[in-house]
Amino acid sequence: MTKVSMTVNGTAASGEVEGRTLLSSFLREQLGLTGTHVGCDTSQCGACVVHVDGKAVKSCTMLAAEADGAEVATIEGQAAADGSLNAIQAAFQEHHGLQCGFCTPGMVMSAAALLKDNPKPSEQDVREYLEGNLCRCTGYHNIVKSIMAASGQDVSALAVE
Amino acid sequence: MYNFEYEKPSSVVDAVAALASDEAQALGGGQTLIPTMKQRLASPAKLVSLSGVAEMQGVSADGGLLTVGGAVTHAEVAAQASAYPALARMAGRIGDPAVRNRGTIGGSLANNDPSADYPAAALASAATVVTNAREIAADDFFQGMFDTALDEGEIITSVKFAVPQAASYQKFVQPASRFALVGVFVAKHADGVRVAVTGASEEGVFRWGEAEAALSADFAADAIAGLSLDPSGMIGDLHGTKEYRAHLVGVMTKRAVAAAT
Repeated sequence: MTKVSMTVNGTAASGEVEGRTLLSSFLREQLGLTGTHVGCDTSQCGACVVHVDGKAVKSCTMLAAEADGAEVATIEGQAAADGSLNAIQAAFQEHHGLQCGFCTPGMVMSAAALLKDNPKPSEQDVREYLEGNLCRCTGYHNIVKSIMAASGQDVSALAVE
Repeated sequence: MYNFEYEKPSSVVDAVAALASDEAQALGGGQTLIPTMKQRLASPAKLVSLSGVAEMQGVSADGGLLTVGGAVTHAEVAAQASAYPALARMAGRIGDPAVRNRGTIGGSLANNDPSADYPAAALASAATVVTNAREIAADDFFQGMFDTALDEGEIITSVKFAVPQAASYQKFVQPASRFALVGVFVAKHADGVRVAVTGASEEGVFRWGEAEAALSADFAADAIAGLSLDPSGMIGDLHGTKEYRAHLVGVMTKRAVAAAT
């Protein structure tokens, strides 16, 4: 067992992990942060995306030990302390960017990473950035629309089918 | 995934020492290794993380030579390798953004997946793979599917690319996995053109000699119009037949020549 310490959503967190403990397992099972979802567990679906030192990563494909000392951000840290949604979450709600919601934590975290580097992405930018996030409900149109809206752009002309 | 011992050295010397034990395996970004271990296709007794080795970080350009540290991620190459735009674009299209934030150049080259992008870039660029022990020319490095010239416990510490006069990488992606069904990296150097193909051959990445000769004489897409590749030895699977891949190599080569900058 190895001791790991990291900052998760601004709060210090630590625990004992095995070498094989995944970051997703550490967050969900040891810290109880079950907002990070594990869909495929094969690094394809992106439901487990979190930020490590500001970069989007698939937490099912990173060892917890590799995140020792890092700043980790998960979906639980996106809303304000009073529960009010951030701009991306609010846009997903407003534009119906989810149906079952399973992929949503990863979608929101990927969107946050995109908008940090590219505050006014084109529709094509958004679609390319979401290449590693799968949604089996929405057909993506409303997710793209939500992210475009969260960036402050007019989405009235975007595809609605 | 079976359990293993985890070690995170901070220098190449310590990493080499850590890898000297039985069944030890180097860990780059883990984007191939961790899924492989989950499937129990690999079960090392110890993983030696290279992410804490400062001397394997960084991208630098100097007099037509681009040097990329072995632990540099694809996202970092995409953002920082502006001295070699075709390489930066190639790195920016590996996998997806989250994978690019973890996967490393050293890990990709050491794994030598027959559909990986970096082997084609390294081979077409006549890159030099620098390890803790020696320098290996790309022409000698790749030795067949998942096989390289690396010895047990040898670590890729950096890769040196001679920046070509013009280059382009064109990838036809397999739509489910996003890996290259066929990818062709064309690089025009002062002493001739190199064409490296990934995704197509059962032997892994290879150079297409006939196309290199034709393009060295005339660097235009039409110069290879009459050439074709022998489909025997190509990968044939449910995503494409041998003949299809052989044909695609020609198509992607022409596109790469047309797009080369």
